[in-house]
Amino acid sequence: MTGPDAATATPTAPAGGSTRPPQSADDQDPRGLGASVAPADALAKAQGTYPYAADLWAEGLLWAALLRSPHPHARITRIDTAPALALPGVACVVTAEDVPGEALHGRRVHDRPVFASELVRHHGEPIAAVAADHPDTARLAAAAIVVEYEVLEPVTDPEQAFSAPPLHPDGNLVRHIPLHFGDPDVVGDVVVEGLYRVGRQDPAPIGAEAGLAVPRPDGGVELYVASTDPHADRDLVAACFGLAKERVKVVVTGVPGAMGDREDAGMQISLGLLALRTGRPVKLVATREEAFLGHAHRHPTLLRYRHHADTEGRLVKVEAQILLDAGAYADTSSDALAAAVAFAAGPYVVPHAFVEGWAVRTNNPPSGHVRGEGAMQVCAAYEGQMDKLAAKLGMDPLDLRMRNVMATGDLMPTSQTVTCPAPVGELLRAVREEPLPPLPVGDDEQDWLLPGGPDGAGDPAAVRRGVGYALGMVHMLGIEGADEVSTATVRISEDSATVICAAVDTGQGFATLARQIVQEVLGVAEVHVAPVDTDLPPAGASARGRHTWVSGGAVERAARMVRTQLLQPLAAKFGMSVELLTIADGKITSYDGVLSTTVAEALGGKELWATAQCRPHPTEPLDEFGQGDAFVGLAFAAMRAVVDVDVELGTVRVVEVTVAQDVGRVLNPNQLAARIEAGVAQGVGMALMEDLRTARGVVQRPGFTGYPLPTALDTPEVRIAKLIEDRDVVATFGAKAAGAVPVVVAPAAVASAVRAATGRPINRLPIRPQNAIVAQG
Amino acid sequence: MDSRLLTSAVTLRVNGTVHRLTLDNRSTLLDTLREDLDLTGAKKGCDHGQCGSCTVLVDGRRVNCCLLLTVACDGSEITTVEGLSDGWSLHPVQEAFLARDAFQCGYCTPGQVCSAVGALREMAEGRPSAVTVGTEPPSGAAEIRERMSGNLCRCAAYPNIVRAVGDAAERAAEWWERTP
Ligand code: FES
Ligand code: FES
Repeated sequence: MTGPDAATATPTAPAGGSTRPPQSADDQDPRGLGASVAPADALAKAQGTYPYAADLWAEGLLWAALLRSPHPHARITRIDTAPALALPGVACVVTAEDVPGEALHGRRVHDRPVFASELVRHHGEPIAAVAADHPDTARLAAAAIVVEYEVLEPVTDPEQAFSAPPLHPDGNLVRHIPLHFGDPDVVGDVVVEGLYRVGRQDPAPIGAEAGLAVPRPDGGVELYVASTDPHADRDLVAACFGLAKERVKVVVTGVPGAMGDREDAGMQISLGLLALRTGRPVKLVATREEAFLGHAHRHPTLLRYRHHADTEGRLVKVEAQILLDAGAYADTSSDALAAAVAFAAGPYVVPHAFVEGWAVRTNNPPSGHVRGEGAMQVCAAYEGQMDKLAAKLGMDPLDLRMRNVMATGDLMPTSQTVTCPAPVGELLRAVREEPLPPLPVGDDEQDWLLPGGPDGAGDPAAVRRGVGYALGMVHMLGIEGADEVSTATVRISEDSATVICAAVDTGQGFATLARQIVQEVLGVAEVHVAPVDTDLPPAGASARGRHTWVSGGAVERAARMVRTQLLQPLAAKFGMSVELLTIADGKITSYDGVLSTTVAEALGGKELWATAQCRPHPTEPLDEFGQGDAFVGLAFAAMRAVVDVDVELGTVRVVEVTVAQDVGRVLNPNQLAARIEAGVAQGVGMALMEDLRTARGVVQRPGFTGYPLPTALDTPEVRIAKLIEDRDVVATFGAKAAGAVPVVVAPAAVASAVRAATGRPINRLPIRPQNAIVAQG
Repeated sequence: MDSRLLTSAVTLRVNGTVHRLTLDNRSTLLDTLREDLDLTGAKKGCDHGQCGSCTVLVDGRRVNCCLLLTVACDGSEITTVEGLSDGWSLHPVQEAFLARDAFQCGYCTPGQVCSAVGALREMAEGRPSAVTVGTEPPSGAAEIRERMSGNLCRCAAYPNIVRAVGDAAERAAEWWERTP
């Protein structure tokens, strides 16, 4: 234990280089909505001075390490921490016994212990945490803790979870949705069936989980972590600490990559507990192996489909069974299941639909929110079905899709009417009309472009090209009655403005958007975005691009309130209405030019502040038959993938992906293109390589060789054929979030292209070489 | 055990500053930079040589410094992302990354930038890569993709990274002399 000095230490980012930043933005810089405004933090990122949690340091800090279970399912018969405490340099060891507040936590369902004490339910589950004076000491001490296990048979097949002994007091079923829409007895002239499997994608951010906890003199604690939902994380950890929320502050650091919810709550709780117990700052940086074990993955999914159509190719009925593997804990599986069931037929008009969805617990690694959750898995399946149906009908797969596309005013199988723009047919036409890339035939210099790359390429004669198409959809906001709300404050003084909003910028560009909004409304070039912590009012999770809508809306309202406060006195003085005044480049002018002044003069040394909220249209939970207006805001995309497949080796190279996307309105062209390129790359990863393997529940090779990510070589050329700007009237600025839908559609498009090249069914993602080999005559 | 057996005295020249350190023999250069010299620009993405986010220049060559023991660098000249600019203006590769928006979260960026500086030098020296054809001096997007393929970017900013490195390559002649 140390004195109060250490307890009040404030973390600092160590000084980076002594580089002087270049001259700040000149007057020619783009600004406002619709312009490619560059991110404000770009300079720090390029210089390596942008601080992530792993870079923080505080005077007198201790290092933490977690002890994680090597077994996926086991009873703990004994834990002895004495050998760890006996090591020199060890300050503290905590186990389940030391959790002062709630013993269980979770994002929707509180079913996950902070530390396993009786039962281990997945490989890598935390059992104890250690704080020591050196990271290696902490790791050695964690390894020295004696845990005796009675190893149990793991439940690893989600289909077995229904009949397996319950892993939790409330059983293994997290949620069941039996969606009934229309007449179950209708049958089509043509019926195709398919069984599809989607593997376990990991968000795999390059920056693993890390954090710094600093105790406060009032008995509270501050957590410096890359949280993507800081208020939810604060509430969750405070309950486990047995502290009032106000005594815990989550300060958001630089976020080193996020493809869904970030941070492992178990790690945050451990850090905070150790800081509270020792009275010293405690830092933890997860190893890469630990990151794969600790955070949530995309739900591995099994999908069984039956599509009915008439002889003309019009869809008559879709029947589906969807089984999500939630892993050991429920987490957000109920949301993923709702999306999977509701979007099970895709962006097509289906008069009758019967979809049964289940999310079940197993002893596999926990699943949770990963970009496009639920929607991505079903897209792979329903697009597989569309290809199959086209083959059976002898129709062109594009014509078949075109015949069935959804449009505004159509009903989803949840009986929700699609009220937003849904230009699905137009999207498909746009990708179809793009010219195809040439074949690299007979070009020695292009040999290395063959599937398998420069080292693994086979016989060029065995390479076949395939072109495939996919359509998909995803929701943007919280669903089923979640209180979607964000609060923002805007302040103006002299000639600069500040935005204060707890929306976390994960690199997706919210901070840039907030600056653009304020530039647009208040006409000032210099806009600062304040750092995020939980002393600010909540803004909700950074997911599905919802901040564009909800927090963007709150920022816009607050900026407009400031604008009115600023202009009202001037307007009154000149006897004109506020609407007749414009602000641009820091100057206020009236329509007739009579009034011309600067913002700074109008302020006269005062500061103006306003706070506003944005709470979009409410949603309702799906009822017992999967019916209800559960979603607000849908986004659509069409993609064409061009692949080369070595049909002897089964290797695949994605040559090009052409995208047409329904974006509502382009707010920042460069950022938008980057989001689409990123989504396509992540989707290509899902299609070809990303699957966190387990063997009887034990994660295999948790590293970037066992779990390869797409590199610059694997990422295809992305061609944006069309961005449809049909404004969604209920969305802020009419803009739709852009990041999730490419991840949803790209895997299905790649699968379709491989199907076209090989004639093989391709019903499993990622596609394994053995599934893409064509038997030679 | 006698602690002298476990430690060594090492002299490093990092970003132009000479450091004399006594270090645990097992320390990696990445940990030395981040923990002992407070240079947190180089990132730890995997600690296994698999991601490239720890890339720095050692005697002008790019290395994954999580795989390098600091004791093996005694007497070496090390440049990290913090040392790339000359104190007044950014390195042209950094400028190109900024101009092209070649990142999202930024975590891989210091490694990408250092790797690009090293790669451009290799290309300028005519060192072939796996995709270089014949004896032509290597150039072009294919070369850049291949040479940058050791640096993972989960945000998949690859298209802009490749463009940024291409921009910097075009201007390379101007700045070779002042690149460490
Ligand atoms: S941290 Fe060195 S290569 Fe990943
Ligand atoms: S910018 Fe996020 S990992 Fe590259």
